[in-house]
Amino acid sequence: MLLSQQKPLEEILKSMEGETNIFILGCNGCAEASGTGGRPQVLEMKKELEKDGKKVTGFTVVDLLCEKALVQSRLRGKAKEVKDADSILAMTCGVGVQAVAAVSNKVTHPACNTIPLGGMRGEWRGSERCRECGDCVLEATGGICPLTACSKYLLNGACGGTTKEGKCEVDPEMECGWRLIYERLEKLGQMEKLRQIYEPKDHSKMMPPKGLRLTERWALEQGK
Amino acid sequence: MGLQESLASKKFVVTSEIGPPKGTNIEEMLHDAELLRGRVDGINVTDLQSSVMRLGSLAVCHLLKEKGLEPIFQMTCRDRNRLALQADLLSAYVLGIKNVLALTGDYASLGDHPQAKPVFDLDSVSLLGVIKKLEAGTDMVGGPLNGAPKFFVGAVVNPGGNPVEAQIIKMEKKISAGASFFQTQAVYDVGAFEKFMERVAPFKVPVLGGIILLKSAGMARFMNKNVAGVFVPEPLIQKMAKAEDRAKTSIEIAAELIKELKGMCQGVHIMPIGWESKVPAVLDAAKL
Repeated sequence: MLLSQQKPLEEILKSMEGETNIFILGCNGCAEASGTGGRPQVLEMKKELEKDGKKVTGFTVVDLLCEKALVQSRLRGKAKEVKDADSILAMTCGVGVQAVAAVSNKVTHPACNTIPLGGMRGEWRGSERCRECGDCVLEATGGICPLTACSKYLLNGACGGTTKEGKCEVDPEMECGWRLIYERLEKLGQMEKLRQIYEPKDHSKMMPPKGLRLTERWALEQGK
Repeated sequence: MGLQESLASKKFVVTSEIGPPKGTNIEEMLHDAELLRGRVDGINVTDLQSSVMRLGSLAVCHLLKEKGLEPIFQMTCRDRNRLALQADLLSAYVLGIKNVLALTGDYASLGDHPQAKPVFDLDSVSLLGVIKKLEAGTDMVGGPLNGAPKFFVGAVVNPGGNPVEAQIIKMEKKISAGASFFQTQAVYDVGAFEKFMERVAPFKVPVLGGIILLKSAGMARFMNKNVAGVFVPEPLIQKMAKAEDRAKTSIEIAAELIKELKGMCQGVHIMPIGWESKVPAVLDAAKL
């Protein structure tokens, strides 16, 4: 279980600056339970985007957006709507956003921050990992999380330790996360994002809020 | 003349470095530093180089300053959070240390305390931004300082980065965040370095090309395999392999590289890595 919270609408709209056509993806897993990505929130978001002058080319709610194979098969049924969109808005946790970005080849905007719960929750996630930092940066990094994909959790680009093979010098088995981000942004035509300077993380947001420090179910009940 | 003035004078600038010992016996290190007196424009003092616990850079910079040498305080983000980094910057300033080199730092598991918690609360770019804020009289969250420091701040770049374009973009970010000069990872492939310099020349920020003294053919092969962005061409490896006097050959190679780099960048940064005593001979051979 990952608990998410919708980003402020202004932040979401700002991330779509210059875009008109948006495809919305919701998630019937943790995001539905969190009240951030179920069908009602997707419909509400559609209304908000249209109010702002966007055209919503389509939307769907997938059972588990963190499952890349599932996302891929569901998007296949919506191929035209996705193709017509400038970008995808993913109303889900950090894992879901990364899974969508990985399979869609589209600019994928995170609609949520993933809230720290402060520990393992007995589940196996795919190759995409979310640090539950409470202030999602996937908008800036092509949908690949630098907090989990980079050994040093760097926010401003690769250190000098990318090997010839493009791996991380800390672990030859591990891809350099920032090389992956570089390649993704290049593919998406978003290289200008590499030039922005990102401020250090607010680590206070990485602590579970006091009210969420007990059990997950309790957290969910209290969180709403 | 301080490092800032040396770079401003447009002369060919030389910096070198000393590595603090693991322990409190500082005689040999100070002896190495003395060998550089009058020969270089600045002396980097490494910050727990290779993630190995040892005497700290700040204290050693202070000792060099007291002896009238020109230290460059290397500061990595590996071991200190944002409070400690800011505090050490203020400490450096009151101890008379002017030059700071802001780095992200090697990962902790590469050193002798792989069990350590790596910090990386800030990165090299945000550290540069913090220095700028301190100079403007506030801490990084805007709290006013009673007395602001003033530094001359540099950063590093890896011309052999993969992809190099990502390194160049980050270099530009470092410049806009406040870096006034750059030292590079070791250069052996002069052709590749020349291309890199053509790309970064428009930034108009002084670059000191990195020179690491080769100690053996084995070391060169090790670096090719394990040090990201370093490429020692085979002819240089062969030269070291066939050398009767390895130190002599190493000095020749370094001097030759310095001469080739002379037309390309504004200076060199010599990293002797244990061969500190050979730096004067390298400079002699390079006619510096």
